[in-house]
Amino acid sequence: MSTAPLLDVRRLRSGYGASVVLEEIGFSMGVEAVGIIGRNGMGKTTLCDTLVGFLLATGGEVRLRGERVEGRTPEKIAGAGIAYVPQGRRLFPSLTVDEHLAMLAGRARGKRWTPEAVYELFPRLAERKKHGGAALSGGEQQMLAVGRALLLNAHLIVMDEPSEGLAPTIVDVLVDVVHRLVGEGVAVLVVEQNLRAAVRMAGRQFVMVSGRLEAEFTGAELLDRPDLQSRYLGVGGDDRALR
Amino acid sequence: MKPARIDPPRTEHHNTKDGSARTRTGANPRNASSRPAPGLSAPRLRRALARLPVWAVALAVIAVAAWVVFLADGTPAGPAAEDPGKFLVTVLDAITFAGLLFVAASGFTLIFGLMRTVNMAHGSLFLLAAYLAIRVQEAMVGQSRNIDPAQVGMLDWLVPMLAGAGVAAVAGLAIQQLFLQWNEGQELRQALMTLALTVVLADQMLREFGGLAKTMVWPGAITHFFSVQGERYPVTRLFILGVAVLIGTLLWLWLTRTGMGMVIRAGVDDRQMVRGLGINIKLVFAITFFVGSFLAGVGGVLGASFAGAAPGTDGNWLLNSLVVVIIGGLGSLRGAAAGSLLYGTVVAFSPAYLPSEYSYYAIIMTFVLLALVLAIRPYGLFGRPA
Repeated sequence: MSTAPLLDVRRLRSGYGASVVLEEIGFSMGVEAVGIIGRNGMGKTTLCDTLVGFLLATGGEVRLRGERVEGRTPEKIAGAGIAYVPQGRRLFPSLTVDEHLAMLAGRARGKRWTPEAVYELFPRLAERKKHGGAALSGGEQQMLAVGRALLLNAHLIVMDEPSEGLAPTIVDVLVDVVHRLVGEGVAVLVVEQNLRAAVRMAGRQFVMVSGRLEAEFTGAELLDRPDLQSRYLGVGGDDRALR
Repeated sequence: MKPARIDPPRTEHHNTKDGSARTRTGANPRNASSRPAPGLSAPRLRRALARLPVWAVALAVIAVAAWVVFLADGTPAGPAAEDPGKFLVTVLDAITFAGLLFVAASGFTLIFGLMRTVNMAHGSLFLLAAYLAIRVQEAMVGQSRNIDPAQVGMLDWLVPMLAGAGVAAVAGLAIQQLFLQWNEGQELRQALMTLALTVVLADQMLREFGGLAKTMVWPGAITHFFSVQGERYPVTRLFILGVAVLIGTLLWLWLTRTGMGMVIRAGVDDRQMVRGLGINIKLVFAITFFVGSFLAGVGGVLGASFAGAAPGTDGNWLLNSLVVVIIGGLGSLRGAAAGSLLYGTVVAFSPAYLPSEYSYYAIIMTFVLLALVLAIRPYGLFGRPA
């Protein structure tokens, strides 16, 4: 148990019906922030959905602190300690900011992350308690999605494209939150298309190409190597992915 | 009172990954293909076209109002300006019938909104509760026919009501646990299974309770009449409305003020995400089905007191519930309230204000209402694409 990595993924396969998207994904991570970057359509979201149980793995293993979780229902996986900040945030349009957090307050009671702690982390949310999810700005929506995931007090938080469509100042906030979480012993898996945001959040980066993890780099390596960027992220001379 | 927030704001942009693939089937697709006439600015024409059904309905409403108030000579009720008493009675009929519709349809819409299950057995639960309540009442009064309201105390009505609705709730829960939860997401299969159950239940109820209409007897304490502009009006109909308002308020409080209610509303929006937050959605489904079936049962007992219970009542009330939630929008509590009021209004006003020789066609007005609402809002007044 003590020697098991926090998350250990082996030969994970997944897809939609007959179409296989993930082939033999394997990686492991400790209490750290790890990034997975890749172009559109490479299977990044499929990987996230499979890790949290929204998609059923068709093969392989996912171990969280040594315990196999693949094949369990999403609620069991969340209970085991994987929280999800999905792409597009997936807030509940019918609920106010406060209700998003209040519905999870019961199980968060007495733990590190309670609604009060989330409001302390994101004071802007506290000012918008009574607002509906739809009335929030993109940044506020992302804060709420992260805050909602924090209330699970999970061991690992999976974030799918958290910087998508956000202003640079909000990305700064997210980067800061990721570092703070790792400092408090929570691992973060960040899936990104945006290289610059990704390397600021996580030191280790896996590159995903066509449903496989092709290579592992440190952020600095990737930023300095336009040849790698063009090979894996489809950006050459221009630096669209760097923004 | 703040409206129950089970309904999302209509302008909500869906952020789910598949959301982008959805097209809004409002006026947009049609307008997008319409070619503007030369000389007219395209956006202006488009806007005018989009408004067309709204104007048509506004005109229709004004025409109907004018008819009811001034022109309705030769109708059973006569113009409202000449006979305000008949008009008030019709309004009361509309609102009180709407109350009964709401009680029956709210459970139906709650179940659909959360589980996407069209529970075709809703009407069977309605009738089952009615029959059982009548039987319990007969046992409590100690007489099986010709019960006089004077013999019926308030408890002789309330206890049978709770017993009938309680059995309906347990039966609904059993249906969900035994048949539906294995087929989550298989909406057609669930609809067919519940439809099959209605056939089985209808036959079993026919065997057990016979083919003659039975009536639940109102308590003597509320079987009075009061006077509205010279017309006698039964207090029992107001009692139905009171029960409906009470149930609506309790439901609203449940959905807005309790953690379970928030989870249910969140589940209506995005079931999968709720599960991803570690919430045991199976338990939430079971509780919702229990409550929804209980409401069907309460509706059944009210209906049996109001109009009796007989074979066929189940089908009628399944249809009534369907009409209400199609008008209001499946899955929306506010929609159920609005749909009940509209449907109740049409049901009460058409026989009273159609010319006497056409009274027979009053039922058609229901379908006119359906067609009008669906022409403007294809997902119902407060509904949105599933």
